Amino acid sequence: MQLDWPILSVLIWLPILGGGIMLALGDRGVVLGRWVALLTTAATFGISTLLWVYFDSSTALMQFTEERTWIDIPGTLVSTYSLGVDGIAMPLILLTTFITPLVVIASWTVIEKKPAQYYAAFLILEGLMIGVFAALDALLFYVLWEAMLIPMFIIIGVWGGPRRVYATIKFFLYTFLGSVLMLVSLIYLYQQTCNAGQCSYLIADFYDVPLDQNVQIMIFIAFMTAFAVKVPMWPVHTWLPDAHVEAPTGGSVILAAIMLKMGGYGFLRFSLPITPDAADTLDWLVISLSLIAVVYIGFVALVQQDMKKLIAYSSIAHMGFVTLGSFLTFELMRVNGDPRGAAMGIEGAMVQMISHGLISGALFFCVGVLYDRVHSREINAYGGVVNTMPIFATFAVLFALANSGLPATSGFVGEFLVIIASFRADFWYAFLAGLTLILGAAYTLWMVKRVIFGAVANENVAGLTDLNAREFIVLGVLALAVLALGLWPAPMLDVMHKTVEELVQQITAPKL
Amino acid sequence: MSSWAEMGGQVAAAEAFVLTALCVILVIDVFLTDRSRWLTYVLSLLTLAGAAYMTVRYGVQGRVTAFDGMYIADPMGDVLKLFSYGTVAVAFLYSREYLQRRGLFRGEYFILALVALLGVMVMVSAGSLLTVYLGVELLSLSLYAMVAFDRESGIAAESAMKYFVLGAISSGTLLYGFSIIYGVTGTLQLDELAVGVREVGASNLGLIFGLAFIIVGIAFKFGAVPFHMWVPDVYHGAPTPVTLFIGSAPKIASFVLAIRVLAEGLDAMVASWQDMLIALSVLSLLLGNVVAIAQSNLKRMLAYSTISHVGFILLGILAGTNEGYRAAMFYTFSYVIMAVGSFGMILLLSRSGFEADRLEDFKGLNRRSPWFASIMMMLMFSTAGVPPFIGFWAKLAVIGAVLDVGLAWLAAVAVVLSVVAAFYYLRVVKLMYFDDPTDSHAIEAGGTLRTVLSANGVAVLALGVFPSALIDLCARVLP
Repeated sequence: MQLDWPILSVLIWLPILGGGIMLALGDRGVVLGRWVALLTTAATFGISTLLWVYFDSSTALMQFTEERTWIDIPGTLVSTYSLGVDGIAMPLILLTTFITPLVVIASWTVIEKKPAQYYAAFLILEGLMIGVFAALDALLFYVLWEAMLIPMFIIIGVWGGPRRVYATIKFFLYTFLGSVLMLVSLIYLYQQTCNAGQCSYLIADFYDVPLDQNVQIMIFIAFMTAFAVKVPMWPVHTWLPDAHVEAPTGGSVILAAIMLKMGGYGFLRFSLPITPDAADTLDWLVISLSLIAVVYIGFVALVQQDMKKLIAYSSIAHMGFVTLGSFLTFELMRVNGDPRGAAMGIEGAMVQMISHGLISGALFFCVGVLYDRVHSREINAYGGVVNTMPIFATFAVLFALANSGLPATSGFVGEFLVIIASFRADFWYAFLAGLTLILGAAYTLWMVKRVIFGAVANENVAGLTDLNAREFIVLGVLALAVLALGLWPAPMLDVMHKTVEELVQQITAPKL
Repeated sequence: MSSWAEMGGQVAAAEAFVLTALCVILVIDVFLTDRSRWLTYVLSLLTLAGAAYMTVRYGVQGRVTAFDGMYIADPMGDVLKLFSYGTVAVAFLYSREYLQRRGLFRGEYFILALVALLGVMVMVSAGSLLTVYLGVELLSLSLYAMVAFDRESGIAAESAMKYFVLGAISSGTLLYGFSIIYGVTGTLQLDELAVGVREVGASNLGLIFGLAFIIVGIAFKFGAVPFHMWVPDVYHGAPTPVTLFIGSAPKIASFVLAIRVLAEGLDAMVASWQDMLIALSVLSLLLGNVVAIAQSNLKRMLAYSTISHVGFILLGILAGTNEGYRAAMFYTFSYVIMAVGSFGMILLLSRSGFEADRLEDFKGLNRRSPWFASIMMMLMFSTAGVPPFIGFWAKLAVIGAVLDVGLAWLAAVAVVLSVVAAFYYLRVVKLMYFDDPTDSHAIEAGGTLRTVLSANGVAVLALGVFPSALIDLCARVLP
């Protein structure tokens, strides 16, 4: 809006172009290729900070909008290349551009097999993910949403662990199955927007479509299948531990930090505003599933032997807060007409998404650091790491504490907001959600105790070398971000405040 | 006798040209030695170029009939014909090396293919049930011969026999259906038939009886379940260039057969044929996708995948609206582009004495050739209907058409089964990218095949990112 050049298009296409260059260079120019990848992702992050600088947080309108004709065949298919961000999408885009360069740095020397394709896959994936958050046209959104699966499928399948084929096919089929039903809903909504032969795939036009309750429920369920698989919510979460365990470090980081957020984003952008009445009717379902995720999956995390699996289950539990916070709205409005509480729940969900993106990403990086040295993810294979890797141990403990919701870290802010909002709705929601403070601390700190503290467990651990400069930069930057958001979350909350207020108003106005 | 021009024959210039040219090539070929056989190949390609010129030169803006209504020229027909020339040309370009390596580089392949193409053209422009039948037979008889054209191959002979026997029965069924319709309405002309059916009433028992036979015939030509038995055997048994050819222009013929007969001639009976097509299409989607999972031979897998795609094309047609026909047309185009590319990949990897038609022959292709692995990957994802490739838009169009006529359950069934389909396409990607190669031979294929196949792969992506032009084309010829 304030910028006179198409910043969002640049953010989407720059990494994809970089990926194309990487593929063309091939493995011959791998040294050059790494720098191309780093420069591209760093430049993308640099440009994306302009979004923050020029963002106008006094409005809920879409900003930095772009609109171009993409497919314009009246009567058959009309879809526009339409981009824009609001207070919900912008922080998620920043998260994406922030994490991807770290992934490139972290895998600088680790990847030996086909490195050019590895970086290219991440670059293309970055462009597509930014596109998903920026798309204002549902068809464009869907195309990017699905296209994103292809690089991730390749990343897990080529550079993953021993059971990578099983994991990646499971990942692909689960997500694909979830998405196709959403596609049917999107087409249906498109056909409902038709007015005098003019139809539109714009998400904003979907908001105005009048839908009766039964149709809303069908559409809500179709959307929910897509987003619940992505989040993932219990009981469709089983692909995630597999995918996380088998994926290479970079893949796990992107998956946990960004791709899971798309489910939460989808609920806020599609489910709630398009089918508010169905969401009102079925909010008990989402809330129950979220609480099951928080409590039950928390217990499951407790017994894991594999560090990556533990973090994966912890992700599911933490993402339960996102869905819980988003769907508290109705209860709050129904019981005591409390728009401030509702906004607090949604803002809590948003903060939780950003914060979980940073923390889970950081934890996967930490496991990656250990795995690169010892080639084991088993908790039993470690013990007393603090003796040989003191700097690493400092970071690992910090992120572990953040993961268990320690005040002054970003992990605290989101959970706190959501728990406060649940208190306003129902004591028992808050009670169950609050269990996470105990469970989260239990499984994370117990893992830390077994891996980091104690006496040196074996020769492998005795021979460990501490962080190198590259790893230090990655973890250091993440630690700064986690602390910054924990100590001073106000700037982030300010950015989303107006948008969330508007969203609450929109979803509590019945469509019937 | 009225003259050719008086009957409006110039609109059929392309057909006349192809017929003349193929007779000339047939005669020339007799005098060629094996070393100068390339002349047949070049002349065949020139014939296609000439036919394209004729079709464009005598192209029509609206619907024009000729030969007392036996022949229809319309923009849809012109586009379908041009597309057929293109795919046949691509099939020729892909096939040359394979045929040369196996001593099969003979005039028959090209001449039979041109006759088959003529059959497709006649079907595209058919204005009467008789013309339809003429086209069907021209096409089918040449296909039977093409399948058997590798005389040394037992499996080819077997599948040709199977194809011929079943094909003859289906042609008979089709003809029987036509005759019943003729008996009830007293006309063979498609436009008169549309009027005749309304006069008799669409619920006339005789008409429905005839319709059932016609549907069986059409389903057979398409390869829809339960009339699909010939598809896997023929795809598997025929030499790969022939399989490639069967996957190209004849699919357009099946599409146009359904459009001309059902949508134009029997449009008043839509309620009857819609139900029949729903059954055929759901069965095709189900059986095609599920059985494809069990295949270890890529040609057989693609055969079953074809069956499932036929299910999708039928979904478009059974919507019974112009939107549906457009979607089916778009689906046919995109299917043909993808099928030609996939069989092209098999030809690319084949060498003398090595067919490359088993799934495991694709193992580790990414190590051997990242470029062609990526092309095959794009083809597979596109066929699975994953954006941003052309196959996605085809599925989108068809599902949109089905939803528009209120058959939401059918749309849901179709998309869920397409997830089943994704599994076996993913397996090919898995073999190429995740597994190590078992075969270290360099790819032998020459420049033409590489270039055209690359273009084919890029087209799948480019048309997927910018689908406007192709969608617009379909929308314009089927307003």
